[in-house]
Amino acid sequence: MAKKTSLFKEFSKGLIIENPVLRLVLGTCPTLAVSTSMINSIGMGISATLVLLFSNIAVSALRKVIPQKIRIPAYVVIIASFVTIVQLIVKAFVPAIDEALGIFLPLIVVNCIILGRAEAFAGKNTVLASAADGLGMGIGFTAALFLMATFRELLGNGTVFSGAQGLLALFGENALGGFNGIDVFSFLPNSFEPMVIFILPAGGFFVFGILIAIANRLGNKTGQEREDFDGCANCPLAQNCSSVQEQEREEVKA
Amino acid sequence: MTTMLVILLTAILTENFVLTKFLGICPFLGVSKKLNTAVGMSVAVIFVMALSVAVCYPINTYLEKKDLAFLQTIIFILVIAALVQLVEIILKKYVKSLYKALGIYLPLITTNCAVLGVVLLNIDKEFTFLQSMVNAVGAGAGFLVAMVMFAGVRDRLESADIPKFLKGLPITLISASLTSVSFLGFAGVVEAIFER
Repeated sequence: MAKKTSLFKEFSKGLIIENPVLRLVLGTCPTLAVSTSMINSIGMGISATLVLLFSNIAVSALRKVIPQKIRIPAYVVIIASFVTIVQLIVKAFVPAIDEALGIFLPLIVVNCIILGRAEAFAGKNTVLASAADGLGMGIGFTAALFLMATFRELLGNGTVFSGAQGLLALFGENALGGFNGIDVFSFLPNSFEPMVIFILPAGGFFVFGILIAIANRLGNKTGQEREDFDGCANCPLAQNCSSVQEQEREEVKA
Repeated sequence: MTTMLVILLTAILTENFVLTKFLGICPFLGVSKKLNTAVGMSVAVIFVMALSVAVCYPINTYLEKKDLAFLQTIIFILVIAALVQLVEIILKKYVKSLYKALGIYLPLITTNCAVLGVVLLNIDKEFTFLQSMVNAVGAGAGFLVAMVMFAGVRDRLESADIPKFLKGLPITLISASLTSVSFLGFAGVVEAIFER
């Protein structure tokens, strides 16, 4: 029983307390780029979750075999293999999503959430715990992405779930009665118009900033203050990075 | 010649890697606090980008010829990682001064999505070798422009009186948003110049 609760703990920490996007601020590039549409964000979230889950399992299963010195390159190869598998699956079954995500699908390889979890968690824990951690982090990533996309699509494009057909094509031609999104703004008086800036890159930065401010505020309220984001300190690879080591050396000198 | 100029200007201004394509956001937010580190990082990025494109282009031609295109992601990330390590070792041994200036940024760049991004984009757009190189240098130069601009903005932020809940990352992102708005002004500029 005790083991079960701890497994659940590994799973649930990624959802809110250590949400990779809003609390740890990892994987910012795909978060900003893909969150223009809710369907794309779900597609990206599911792909990244699958990669995260399987790479965590593989890394943790091989953690005693991989020599300490070459662990990062080994992790990268494992992650890249799973990304390729997911990429081929997406290309074959949901081509619309593949087209919408473009190069950000193969770029999951360099998403620091995945390498970060391999380095910080899967390389040190059992397979089962790593799987729970990967799944939780992946769902946390998807949820944050979806939240951002909801704001951006609704305010910027005036729609909800537009282009749902692309994803639903997975379940046959007429899944959910051919549901293809709702044009929310068409119900409003004509004088209301979507604010295009939210779909543009500038809106992405803005919404992300506001969401992190809210997450910080809520975190502070519950007493889980996040350390101030400073330079690369948040990067999971900071320990191995000579740029950080150099900075520390300079600080010591000063 | 005109096509080259169009590719270069597009990569720097209208399709700026950082501010409109969202590639390389981590170093953009992480290393832009001081102007000199921002410039050092950007120069290292330009160097690595040009080098990786130069190496990955022939590899990709070979992969496509052998019908192994599905191996692109794995091979490219390995090649880039190995390349960065190699450059670091060579610089450390033979060009001490350059290593001091760029060396500390090199390991960071391996997992920088901008480098893999430019390689993949070149393949996506089916550029020739020369066009790919121009695009890589342009993308790097665009990164430099964005970094330098943003370092200036952040310098001002240091002395600003910011509401407590926006301090740190949120205000940085919001100022990035405003910097990005300024790049919207370039939309259509390149086409307008060369379309006569």
